[in-house]
Formats: sequence, C-alpha cells, structure tokens
Amino acid sequence: MTPTLYEPPREAASSVPRPSPLKGSLLTTFGWALAAAVLVWSWQGAEIRPWALVTDGGNMAELAADFFPPDFSDWRFYLEQMVVTLQIAVWGTVLSIVCAVPFGLLSAENVAPWWVRQPVRRLMDALRAINEMVFAMIFVVAVGLGPFAGVLALFVHTTGVLAKLFSEAVEAIDPRPVEGIRATGAHPLEEIVYGVIPQVMPLWISYSLYRFESNVRSATVVGMVGAGGIGVVLWELIRGFYFAQTCAVILVIVATVSLLDIVSARLRKLAI
Amino acid sequence: MKPAIEVERLSKSFGKPTPALDDVSLTVGEGEMVALIGPSGSGKSTLLRHLSGLALGEREWTPGRVRVLGREVQDGGRLASGIRRTRCEIGFIFQQFNLVGRLPVLTNVLAGRLGTMPLWRSLPKAFTAAEKAEALAALARVGIAECAVQRASTLSGGQQQRAAIARALVQGARVILADEPIASLDPRSARTVMDTLAAINRRDGITVVVSLHQVDYARRYCPRTVALRDGRIVFDGPSAELTPALLERIYGAEVQEVLGEAAIEAAPQRLTADLAAFAGAQHVGALEARV
Ligand SMILES: Nc1ncnc2c1ncn2[C@@H]1O[C@H](COP(=O)(O)OP(=O)(O)OP(=O)(O)O)[C@@H](O)[C@H]1O
Ligand SMILES: [Mg+2]
Repeated sequence: MTPTLYEPPREAASSVPRPSPLKGSLLTTFGWALAAAVLVWSWQGAEIRPWALVTDGGNMAELAADFFPPDFSDWRFYLEQMVVTLQIAVWGTVLSIVCAVPFGLLSAENVAPWWVRQPVRRLMDALRAINEMVFAMIFVVAVGLGPFAGVLALFVHTTGVLAKLFSEAVEAIDPRPVEGIRATGAHPLEEIVYGVIPQVMPLWISYSLYRFESNVRSATVVGMVGAGGIGVVLWELIRGFYFAQTCAVILVIVATVSLLDIVSARLRKLAI
Repeated sequence: MKPAIEVERLSKSFGKPTPALDDVSLTVGEGEMVALIGPSGSGKSTLLRHLSGLALGEREWTPGRVRVLGREVQDGGRLASGIRRTRCEIGFIFQQFNLVGRLPVLTNVLAGRLGTMPLWRSLPKAFTAAEKAEALAALARVGIAECAVQRASTLSGGQQQRAAIARALVQGARVILADEPIASLDPRSARTVMDTLAAINRRDGITVVVSLHQVDYARRYCPRTVALRDGRIVFDGPSAELTPALLERIYGAEVQEVLGEAAIEAAPQRLTADLAAFAGAQHVGALEARV
C-alpha cells in the first residue's frame, strides 16, 4: 500500500443490489409466522399452564411464607461450605486454563493445520456440549461423593468453553508482528510465545476471570448431585423442607456471587 | 563480487490471470545497496517476501529458485528445509514495522536472537546480560536507546522503524530486505531511516535491498536500481541512468506522484497561492502567518 489522500468511496452505497420491497415483506411475514409456530409448538412441549399459578396460588404463598424469616442459626457451617464451593471453582478454573491454552492454540486456524485443528475442535465441542451437572454425576460415580468430583466436572466443561474463547482471540490477532518474528528465523513455538501470546493476553485474562465468576455459580449447583460444597447443603435442606434455612443459604450464595462479580469485573478492566 | 541474492525464473500468480511476478531473474552482489522501484501493485513486496521465504513461488510454471548467501531459500515452490538458518542472516524491515506492540522495545530487538537461541532459553525469555547489552548497543546505534523499556506501540513511526533495524542488527543479518521502510514516515524520519540503512551498508558491508516509492530517494541512496512493472523487471542499472523518459515508461501516468520531494516541497507555496486567490490579495500576509 502506498499512502494516498483519503477519497470517499464513490458509488458504494448506490450500487448495492437491494431486494425488491414485495420480496422483502413476504420474507418478513414468513419469518414471523415461523417464529409464532415455534412458540406454539414449544408451549405444548413444555406443558406451560399459567392458570396453575392462579389455582395453586395459595400453595405458593404458603411456601413463600415458610422461607421467611431466614434462619441463620447455622451460619458458620454455611460459610464454611461456601468457602469449599469457592475452592472448587478456583481449582476447576485453574486446571481448565492450563489445558485451554494448548487446546485453544491447536484449534486456531492461523496456528494449527486442519488435521490437528479439526479433531481438537470436535473434542472441545463435545466438552462444551455436556453440562457441568452431567459431568458431576459421572465423576461422583468415578471418584466418589465430595468436592473433588466437582472440581473435575468444572475443569472438563470449562476447558471446552475456554479453549473455544481462547482460539477465537488467537484467530483475531494481527498477523504482521508474527511475521516479523518469523522473518528472524524463529522456531514456530517462539512465534507463538513472542508474536501471538502478547497480543491475546488481555483477552485471555478477561475470559478466564469471567469463567471463574460463572464457575462459582456452577459450583453451587454441582453440589446438588453430591459433588461437594454449599450445593450439598442446599439440596439436603430443600429435601428436608427446612425452608427458613434454605432461604439463609440462598442469601449467602447471592451475597458471595455478587461480591465476586464486582471484584472480578474490576480485575477484568485492569487486564485490558 | 560474490552473489548475496540469486533469483532464477521466479513466478507467482496468486491465482489471478495477471501474475504478480513474471519470470523474474536477478542477482545482487554482496555489499550492494539496491533500490527496488515500480508502481503500486508491480510486485515489489511480493518479490521481497519470496527472498526470505515468507511467500512461495508457483510450482507449475518456471522452476523458480531463490538462494541467499549461497543457501537455498526455495526451489520450485518448495521451502528449503534449512530455511530458519538462512532467515537468521536475512533482516526483514516491513512498511508497517511489524513489531509486537505490547512487548517492550528491548524484547522486540532481542527477538533478533531467536533464530540462534535454544528453545529452553528463548521460551521463558531468559536473555543473558551480554545479549541485552548488545541489543541496547544496537538501539543506541540507531539513536533510540532511551526508548528501550517502553512498549513498542508507544513509539513514533520513525522510532519503530529504527527499532526494527536494530532487530536486524542484533540478528547479525548479512542481508537486509526493506519493504517500503519509509512509506509511512514523514520526510525527516524517512531521511533518518535511509541514512541508518546506508550507514549499515557502507560500514558493515551488509547487502541492502530496499523497495521505495519515491524515486529521488533511490537516486540519492542507492547506486543501483531495479524497476518492476506488472511483475517483470523493466530496468536494472545505475540509478543515475533513470531519466524522466525511462521513469515515464516504468510508471506511466503515475510518474508525477513518485518524483517526490521536488513536488512535496512545492506544496506549501502552492497552498499559499491558493489561499491568496481565495481570500483576496490584502489578507495574504495574515494568512501566511497562520499557515
Ligand atoms: N496475498 C496476496 N493474495 C492475493 N494477491 C496478492 C497478494 N499479495 C499481493 N497480491 C497481488 O500481487 C500484486 C503485486 O502486489 P505487491 O504487494 O507485491 O505490489 P507492490 O509493488 O508491493 O505494491 P505497493 O507499492 O502498493 O506496495 C498485486 O496485484 C496484488 O494485488
Ligand atoms: Mg508493497
């Protein structure tokens, strides 16, 4: 490219072929009809009964009343278990970052050849497609009840998620600095460490923190299938109809998750 | 004179009907400083990228072959196996600098060492004190030692280009390929960068091939000029022989644009004249003061 004075692009706007108005409106009508059909079809499948809210209204009100006031008499235990949940999330996330770096690079178009990229991508797709809860149930069987099953479940699922996010960041880099490194006779690994990683680092950090936040939320749920932490407590309380205590646990979770979201959002801003 | 760069019958099409390089053969001797000129799209960048194996010639057409310092770079569209070893001796300077913006300038310069460093030391960025001292010396030589710890993206264009030259020096390059190194620089930075390249060529005997858009820079800095047009070499000889008639043949209608500084320096006067015509003669003094 040679520097030239800026000239506004001529005829760019006028030369784009536009669909005729009639064709456009037909398409729009069809689109809305399709959307409506999907909604009706899903309504039946999901067995939605809004009137149940009215007929069972008394029931619901009674249930809600049982939640209040929350019973914090066991708060030490709840906090202890909440900390265990955070610990599950920390290790689940850290392990997944360690694995997502190589897998992310290997599934990026501008780094790996197709015969490496395609199998790695499919594997990551599979890890992402299966929910943490499902992995948790499997790992509870494999390694027994307890937090470690939760760590493994988060680790495996999050690896799939982060590898995808990491590889998208890699695919969006500026190729010129990498070529600058290559031109010095550098090894492909050096091209990655010197040319690619510095460019993607802010995004990678941001994605990792975001996944940590969301893993704290997930960690409260995987407990429900016995994979440790506050989720186990929550499940026991609900099953025993101890609603006042349930309410206390939910409030502990809400407070912790909100606090973490705020801290992590701050950190993410720092990274960029 | 031993040849530093040998190109034999190199062609490249990019899948288009008009080739970007059309049967190019060229020899550059060690220690030469050669300008590569030609209109936009004539294949200057493409040729330079082939010289360092960043692009590969066509397989089917002519059996294109590139050798640098006696070592094979590519042959018949295939990259030579020892290419990394050869690239260590070729410093490549890009129009857009191609530094890693988020790394410090010093690390960018130290990257010149990567080709000859073992991985166990380069991957954790464990450079020795001697290597750092050498990189600093190279930065001092191009005149930007004070910028060493800054991020490369915070440097001006001219400073970034000099950092890129420092990288080529640290590399110990014996051939420097520079692709329009001054095209995105103001005239003063452009002269500094060209002076630096000329000094490296003369003092260290490094072979320099530099593509240029302004012909007067070619005349001033390079004894020999190679001109491309539509992927073919249409002139190869002493830069002094580039007559206006020849330039017209090389550049066609674009010729006015590339004659360069004479036209650029006339611009302020022309602007003043235009303003005078616009505002009426009595205000010229005031306008000139503002311009
Ligand atoms: N990667 C590519 N893919 C397709 N075509 C390309 C590619 N690189 C270059 N070309 C084409 O090859 C021809 C020569 O391009 P090249 O960039 O070498 O010209 P140049 O002489 O460097 O021009 P400029 O002065 O504008 O930099 C052009 O027609 C260009 O469109
Ligand atoms: Mg070019």
